[in-house]
Amino acid sequence: MDGLALLLAATLNAGTALAIAGIGLLINERAGVINLGAEGLMLVAAIAGFATTVHTGSSWLGFGAGMLSGAVLASLFGLLVIWLNTNQVATGLALSLFGGGFSAFLGISYVQEKLGEQPQFSIPVLGDLPFVGPALFRQHPMVYIAIVLTVLLAWFLYRTRAGLVLRAVGESPESAHALGYPVRRIRLAAVAVGGAMCGLAGAYISVIYTPLWVEGMIAGKGWIALALTTFATWRPARVLLGAYLFGGVTMLQFYLQGNGVHIPVQFLGMLPYLSTVVVLVLISSNANWVRANMPASLGKPFFPGS
Amino acid sequence: MTLMTKRSLLQLSSWTTIAAAAALVGCGKKEETPPPAAAEPASAAAPAPAKPEPLKIAFAYLGPAGDHGWTYAHDTARKAIEAEFGDKIQTSFVENVPESADAERVFRDMATQGNKLIFGTSFGYMEPMLKVAADFPDAKFEHATGFKQSANLRSYDSRSYMGAYMAGIIAGKMSKTNVLGVVGSIPVPEVIRNIDAYTLGALSVNPKIKTKVVWVNSWFDPPKETEAAQSLINGGADVLLQNTDSTAVLQTAEKNKKFAFGWDSDMSKFAPTAHLASAIINWTPYYKKAVQETLDGSWKGSTATWWGVKEGANDIVAISDQVPQDVKDLVAKTKAGLADGSVDVFKGPLVDNTGKEMRKKDEAGDDKFLGGLNVYVKGVEGKVPGAK
Amino acid sequence: MLKLEARPQPSRLMSFASPLLALAITVVIGVGLFVLLGKDPVRGLQMFFVEPVKNLYGVAELSVKATPLILIALGLSVCYRSNVWNIGAEGQYIFGALGGGWVAMQAGASTEWMGHFYVVPILAAGVLAGMFWAAIVALLRDRFSANEILVSLMLVYVADLLLGWLVNGPWQDPEGHNFPQTITFLAQTKVPRLVQGLRANIGVVVALAAVAGFWVFLFRTYRGFALQVGGLAPAAAKYAGFSSRGALWLALLISGGMAGLAGALEAAGPLGQLTPYVPAGYGFAAIIVAYVGRLHPVGIIFSGILMSMFYIGGELAQSRLGLPKALTGVFQGLLLFSLLACDTLIFYRLRSHHPAPHPTPAPRTNAAAVTKGA
Repeated sequence: MDGLALLLAATLNAGTALAIAGIGLLINERAGVINLGAEGLMLVAAIAGFATTVHTGSSWLGFGAGMLSGAVLASLFGLLVIWLNTNQVATGLALSLFGGGFSAFLGISYVQEKLGEQPQFSIPVLGDLPFVGPALFRQHPMVYIAIVLTVLLAWFLYRTRAGLVLRAVGESPESAHALGYPVRRIRLAAVAVGGAMCGLAGAYISVIYTPLWVEGMIAGKGWIALALTTFATWRPARVLLGAYLFGGVTMLQFYLQGNGVHIPVQFLGMLPYLSTVVVLVLISSNANWVRANMPASLGKPFFPGS
Repeated sequence: MTLMTKRSLLQLSSWTTIAAAAALVGCGKKEETPPPAAAEPASAAAPAPAKPEPLKIAFAYLGPAGDHGWTYAHDTARKAIEAEFGDKIQTSFVENVPESADAERVFRDMATQGNKLIFGTSFGYMEPMLKVAADFPDAKFEHATGFKQSANLRSYDSRSYMGAYMAGIIAGKMSKTNVLGVVGSIPVPEVIRNIDAYTLGALSVNPKIKTKVVWVNSWFDPPKETEAAQSLINGGADVLLQNTDSTAVLQTAEKNKKFAFGWDSDMSKFAPTAHLASAIINWTPYYKKAVQETLDGSWKGSTATWWGVKEGANDIVAISDQVPQDVKDLVAKTKAGLADGSVDVFKGPLVDNTGKEMRKKDEAGDDKFLGGLNVYVKGVEGKVPGAK
Repeated sequence: MLKLEARPQPSRLMSFASPLLALAITVVIGVGLFVLLGKDPVRGLQMFFVEPVKNLYGVAELSVKATPLILIALGLSVCYRSNVWNIGAEGQYIFGALGGGWVAMQAGASTEWMGHFYVVPILAAGVLAGMFWAAIVALLRDRFSANEILVSLMLVYVADLLLGWLVNGPWQDPEGHNFPQTITFLAQTKVPRLVQGLRANIGVVVALAAVAGFWVFLFRTYRGFALQVGGLAPAAAKYAGFSSRGALWLALLISGGMAGLAGALEAAGPLGQLTPYVPAGYGFAAIIVAYVGRLHPVGIIFSGILMSMFYIGGELAQSRLGLPKALTGVFQGLLLFSLLACDTLIFYRLRSHHPAPHPTPAPRTNAAAVTKGA
């Protein structure tokens, strides 16, 4: 029973970074921009966050550095795809590849560094409840922040005017433009904020989740976060759930190994990716579903003059 | 659009490129050594009479030199021989050399650049090194943890299971849950030996111990090592050992207020309260021997050297003050026994975890047996992945 | 102030100049990085651009590196021209290595009669295996409209894990001391080398033949033309009766087959066995190669060679100058970024825009003063 509670806790922890990155990408995609550079963004943010924490001793400053670097790189990406109308797929890929190399480059002198003592967190009273205590209430604050962010995003998208405008830009930038909204600036804002979220996720991974730096440490989580948005049909709450699901599957492979289950470890490792494909297929096969959910202008360039 | 414009543009760009290239090559001529032929004619072992050229030595590392684990141990030894031999040698290294087709190019480049003693510090370099050694007969190649040799390539390894055994003794005494955990890298005999030795050491002081193993399928993958360590702790293990190359397992143990051991290098500074001791490998004695033999011409290939505590290749260091004195004394006694041969980790009676007898009573755990060991001893849970 | 002004038609000049300009930008930033790291920038540039081609050995090594890149990029160029975004070439490459590797492992006494022609079934198996892996992507997009970017990408991870399972388990060399690798393939299976003593093999010939073949396909055949129209103007293509489904399948099968061919060549050539290190990132680097080569077979030869110089140069810079290996990734990413930015110059012109001058007031006439009022 104790093991199960701890597995749940590990799941929440593993899913948090995915959830935050997924939220960020969701904001991007709701505005109609697909950012394939998430992996590169997260890597650069990871080293930025780690380095900042090493020098300042504060993990929150590290998070801030991660958000800043994510926003800056994403804005660069945004300028290219929104103002110069470069191909979103190719530019995103370039960002991914560049981010990988650049982060490795920046991180060279940080490979042997370690961060200071990490405090243990536990919500008073709730943290001591049997089972649910260790399972749910002894997490780092970022886990709860991820949940709050999801709720905030849902509220923003569906209950505020600004959110409506964002969604309009994603559905039909031409109409939004005709109504006088600065489509390109809104998209850039979405891209920058989304990049900041991805950056936060990246910094969380290098500062809290695995507190050290090694090149390539994001290990594909950026790509999974991209899959998450489709998996979640572009809805915030589903992004959160999907993130926990993926996090759980990742931890499950070790749990099963430790308990003597003899499925080859590689097949267990395939679970997150295969399940993404399955969900993609299920969702995409229903054209109405896709049309009802996917931002119509996703990936398409916008030309204000036309 | 006309073909003429395309052609003239192509001409223009090719001329500019050629001009630029010529400039680069021209600038370089005064610095670079001329491109050497494939096989070096002169022998480099015999020093020149007036001013001896330093012996050029190169190292190929699998991971980053700063991993504080496996590669760090090699790099520490490299710095030690630099200090010892001074101007007689000149060392260089390449890190993050993948165990793939690229490795051959790296080794070949090292040989072409005039390195006469080349160390390849990972199993996967075996085939590339063999190929390059064949083409550079007067360079000497040293391959760690391999099993193939040739006239100018020999293997070397350390008995890390001895360090694991001593760590096991400490673990057996310090564990409160009687469950030990091992984060395994790749299920090769070396790692299985270490897991078994760890368990045997623990059982020798605490018959109630059991060991759980989780594999990350990589030598160096800190994020995965962290998750694996966490899941072991979640499963009840409170003293962890690793066979991977980073400090992630120790740091995870620290975070969870459990115990763990450093591996390959002294990792005590990474986990002040969790660190019990570090089972290290000290490559300096062997590297000194290799360099000395190369300098005085007595280096011979085709051998496989396997050094342990006796030769100073393995040790357990930085034993924490949390470990009671009587345990420390037991470890010291065991170390002495390992050094003089009176302690044989795998001596019979030895039974695997399915009950099958592996060594009869008082039957020695000889090198042949150790080389092919691929089952868990009694006390370890589960089955070795991929074992038939 | 500078403004981007749409050109009446795309500039041919910039089409050629853009990759060169992008390279120039990358080199300039590279020099800056060298200086930042305290290394001599000239020597740094030499490592990347001169050393790899200094002698025959260097050129041979360059070809070994460039061949898989060019092969995969050729396939990807067809894909991208048809607007099919296959990002999973790495996975198709791995699968090709698996297929070719499996055939290579069957070699033995019974196949000796084939001599060196045994390489043919190995490569064929690689092509088929790569096609199979890409066909999954095609099927899911065709039947379920599943986005091919994400599906092909997820399949990369699956292929990698499958390789890991096979070399750790069923395909493991029984004499290999439980190390995760297959047997070393027999000499018969080795891809024949071009010159004794160098690693360049017939893969180079295959690549050049492929370049010619793709050029003919894209620019001289009906199918190739239809594919390109489908990518540039889907509505027009539909009107003309070009099947978009057919295009989808053709594009994916071709690119999957090419990636698989590259994988089999690598496995039976420089590697000589299967290990967990088969995936070398070529599938992703080939995307850059395809783009920088303008999705044109001849351009891809040049960009493939350039990318290989980055790889080998990066290694040399590390072993000879102590520069970090991560530079290779930085340069590759920078190159693509700069290329994408420079590409806009194909469609837009930089113009300096002065705000329209105030109209000079018309000379006052009495009539004007009267009509204007007080």
